[in-house]
Amino acid sequence: MQADPRGVLTGVHFLDGDHACCEGALAAGARFAAGYPITPSTEVVERFASRVPLVGGIFIQMEDELAASIAIQGAVWGGAKAFTVTSGPGFSLMMEHLGYAIMTETPCVFVNVQRGGPSTGLPTLPAQADMMQARWGSHGDYEIIALCPNSPQECFDLTIRAFNFAERYRVPVLLMMDEVVGHMTEKVIIPKAAEIEVEPRRHTHKSAADYLPYGTNGDKVPEIAHAGEGYRFHMTGLTHDERGYPNMNASTQDKLVRRLQQKITDAAKDIQLYEEDGIENADVVVVSYGITSRVAQRAIELARAKGRRVGKFRLITAWPFPHARITELAARVKAFVVPELNMGQMVREVERAAGGKAKTIAVAHAGGGVHLPQTILAAIEEAVR
Amino acid sequence: MVSAVGVLLAAKGTVSIMVERCKACGFCVEFCPTKVLALSSAFNSKGYHPPHLVAAEKCSGCDLCGMYCPDFAIFGYRFAAGKADAAAEVDDAS
Amino acid sequence: MSAPNVVNPVEPFLRSDRMPHIWCPGCGIGTTVNCFTRALIDSKVDLDRLALISGIGCTGRVAGYVKLDSFHTTHGRAIPFATGMKLANPKLNVVVYSGDGDLSAIGGNHLIHAARRNVDIKVICVNNLVYAMTGGQSAPTTPGKAITSTMPYGSYEPSFNLPHLVDAAGAVYVARWTTFHVRQLARSMAEAFQKKGFCFIEVLSPCPTLYQRRNKMGDGLDTMKYYKEKSKIRHGAPTPEVGLTLNGEIVVGKFVDRDRPDYRELLHAQMSETLGERYIDETELVCS
Repeated sequence: MQADPRGVLTGVHFLDGDHACCEGALAAGARFAAGYPITPSTEVVERFASRVPLVGGIFIQMEDELAASIAIQGAVWGGAKAFTVTSGPGFSLMMEHLGYAIMTETPCVFVNVQRGGPSTGLPTLPAQADMMQARWGSHGDYEIIALCPNSPQECFDLTIRAFNFAERYRVPVLLMMDEVVGHMTEKVIIPKAAEIEVEPRRHTHKSAADYLPYGTNGDKVPEIAHAGEGYRFHMTGLTHDERGYPNMNASTQDKLVRRLQQKITDAAKDIQLYEEDGIENADVVVVSYGITSRVAQRAIELARAKGRRVGKFRLITAWPFPHARITELAARVKAFVVPELNMGQMVREVERAAGGKAKTIAVAHAGGGVHLPQTILAAIEEAVR
Repeated sequence: MVSAVGVLLAAKGTVSIMVERCKACGFCVEFCPTKVLALSSAFNSKGYHPPHLVAAEKCSGCDLCGMYCPDFAIFGYRFAAGKADAAAEVDDAS
Repeated sequence: MSAPNVVNPVEPFLRSDRMPHIWCPGCGIGTTVNCFTRALIDSKVDLDRLALISGIGCTGRVAGYVKLDSFHTTHGRAIPFATGMKLANPKLNVVVYSGDGDLSAIGGNHLIHAARRNVDIKVICVNNLVYAMTGGQSAPTTPGKAITSTMPYGSYEPSFNLPHLVDAAGAVYVARWTTFHVRQLARSMAEAFQKKGFCFIEVLSPCPTLYQRRNKMGDGLDTMKYYKEKSKIRHGAPTPEVGLTLNGEIVVGKFVDRDRPDYRELLHAQMSETLGERYIDETELVCS
């Protein structure tokens, strides 16, 4: 369906990533946000606090990230589209409620504008060191969707995508920004509302008597009902059956956990977004995401100018990781070069997918700045040798 | 098994008991204002002694027993005006 | 024959397919549910517009047993979930039903902020003085010298006076009853449903399996008799004076009943004042 024009700031803007993310949320139909101040993410909700009373919605600054990450879920079950925003330390605090959203299949968006860690780390400087946490940070088995914008324009576009995936698959979706993308100012084109595709909430049409909160008709995603509509349903974080009732035994657990995973893995083609360039005859493929992909782009250009056959593979969706595509490429290329603003996180997935068929070279960075193109270029040169 | 008919012309109400839910906490027996209940010597399938009416004629159907019962196993109700009920309803199966 | 159409007043509110519940013999949580039910009937709340939200613990299981839109959330976080829900759809009557540990320990921060904000939610806090579900550990409400599984030699921590805490934080309705005071409790709950703003009702309840047993205080019935004997009804008592002690007097009653604008009224007033016509007051944030 089309976006609600009241939330769409159509036009050509000069915005930083944080601000563009806020506009993306509004365009996607978010009318509730709860947050807690944390650098470098705070501007997202500061803008939302200014904008949403003029659009029709509420922002509440909660007392901590634990509260923020579950207040949004209460709002979702009250009928709204909702999101929260944070950075490293807050992301850690939100892990339990990320798991709650996964278990209860609550559609919502969590934005992490990554900064240096561990712990308080570097509040105002970039890193990409929460990528594995994005995948494994909450306890238990689950699949997650995580998107990585590399520009303010993508902060706008991918926030809308995130909301759409959230509604389509009834999951919390992570938007993994970083401090540079969040604070860099670039041109952002916001189209007319009619040109923005927004996923509606998968609301049930069944009667209260027939509706099962976690029943699926062959498809793996249940239809939703909100509080106050007469469905009188129960929702719990305990392992539950199709009625939503706690049913704590191994067989219910098996059924539930598998379905929660499969609803994502079955839809991999829809969810796994990536950008490829010059892959066909490549000897080396540079795999990158977020701000690092901007630097990698320069390094690839420099390498190609020297006659190297270098392909670019940019992760737009980090999770679920495009394992199959990397495995495919591993059969044809000599090496993958994986620069990241961390000590080696997504590179492990690349290595795993490559299965030993191609070298995997990590270009680590502890965070606090971005790579120099020359550093990545040196790794490319090393790889082609 | 339905308990015996008592002299019920004076009773304004009676109780209904789901014996299988009862865990014999004793709240209903203790707090009935007219002391119409006592724990029986019978057992339910979990081994608890559910209550039974021992002074049915004094039951007003006030439902204080129902308010207290943490197991939702008993409630009281007033008879419709003019009608006397034959016995307390004791539901063995539920 | 008996009257076949007479039904337990609580039964229509229960998920009968989930009976029997998990609570112990002599536990008072079920008793509070009867009072809750009675209050819903008496105050004529639209049951299709009521959301019941609980945390984790024995009392937290109430959500799973009532035939209402009910949400069994995470430990300590029922109140922020309720806040989000109430703000997204103010037409809902939002009730938080949870235990003393859930609400005042891990949930303590959220308790005080929701009271401060005067969010229009009703909080029923069943206080059995321990963490019951996990085996009877100390809670912030455990009275001094009581024995728990984590204070096996007797508690030496000062305990919270919950009415005082929420009163000081800004709650507009504060009451305490015990599971003995079934009629008064039902009445308080009904009052709270009709009142705008953050309402808090503490209900003392036995935990015979853990708290009473470890402290050699008898069973549930003994505890109910203690409540009957040692409770003193003092409506309007100053909340600093209603603290609990081991086996001591229990001050019950309605302590606070005042009016102040609730969170949404404050939000609306401020936005209207600053933005005038430009403020879009969307009452419900329901997405399509």
